[in-house]
Amino acid sequence: MFKILVGLITGLLFGLGMNISGMVNPYKVLNFLDVTGNWDGSLALVIGGALLVFLPSYHLFIKPRTHAINGDEIPVPQQALTPKLIIGSIIFGIGWGMVGICPGPAVASLLRGESAIYWFMASMLLGHYASRKILWPVKD
Amino acid sequence: MTEFTPWSALIGGMLLGLSVTMLMLLSGKTAGVSGVLAGIFGANNKDRAWRVAFVIAMAASLLFDPLMGLESAALPDYSLTWLLVGGLAVGIGTQLANGCTSGHGICGIGRLSMRSIIATAVFMLSAALMVWLSGGVYV
Repeated sequence: MFKILVGLITGLLFGLGMNISGMVNPYKVLNFLDVTGNWDGSLALVIGGALLVFLPSYHLFIKPRTHAINGDEIPVPQQALTPKLIIGSIIFGIGWGMVGICPGPAVASLLRGESAIYWFMASMLLGHYASRKILWPVKD
Repeated sequence: MTEFTPWSALIGGMLLGLSVTMLMLLSGKTAGVSGVLAGIFGANNKDRAWRVAFVIAMAASLLFDPLMGLESAALPDYSLTWLLVGGLAVGIGTQLANGCTSGHGICGIGRLSMRSIIATAVFMLSAALMVWLSGGVYV
């Protein structure tokens, strides 16, 4: 129950952050990526603002703990640099650069009722599935 | 062309930072949205409930836009093929890379994980290159 409540609160905060920052506007994302054109640097400040809060909080309050407040283990970040990570990041970048939508903004835009968002979500989830089952099978 | 909006970007970003901090401190979970979504549909259903709650609350945040005087901007007039190929690439890529802009870009960089710093640099470069190569179709 606690975990669900935390999910609700943090999901709401995350969604508000997406909406307020303008991340939900694909034009803003594409203009950020368009470094040789009319560059809009706003998104650098979105990540900057997030790190401004998370980076010190992580190192001061989270890293010294082995367990979260609810008693669950805090996962140690993986450090392995694999070809899979690089290939995946290149492929993700291609898709992100094509449409200016990534998973966060897609979820935060679900209630807009725009069919483009549903097509994007369906195809993204198909990509998840294809990758787990066919391209790079993952054991669950 | 969009305007540079430093203050809303910074404030929105800080809310994202607060969200990932709370989730990790309280529940020990990493708030990467691609991971949250993949987890809902994956076979491991141990953490399904909070993930569903996260996604529902995140989508519902849109209802607060009018209170804050925010208007949702129109979406680009995508061609369906372009949108589907883009979505597929985002799905495959984030699954292989085990993270996206939130997972690697915020949580990973915040933890100073070299793997996430490299992943973020690679997808930023690849995305910028894609915009440049496609001539900024929707810019």
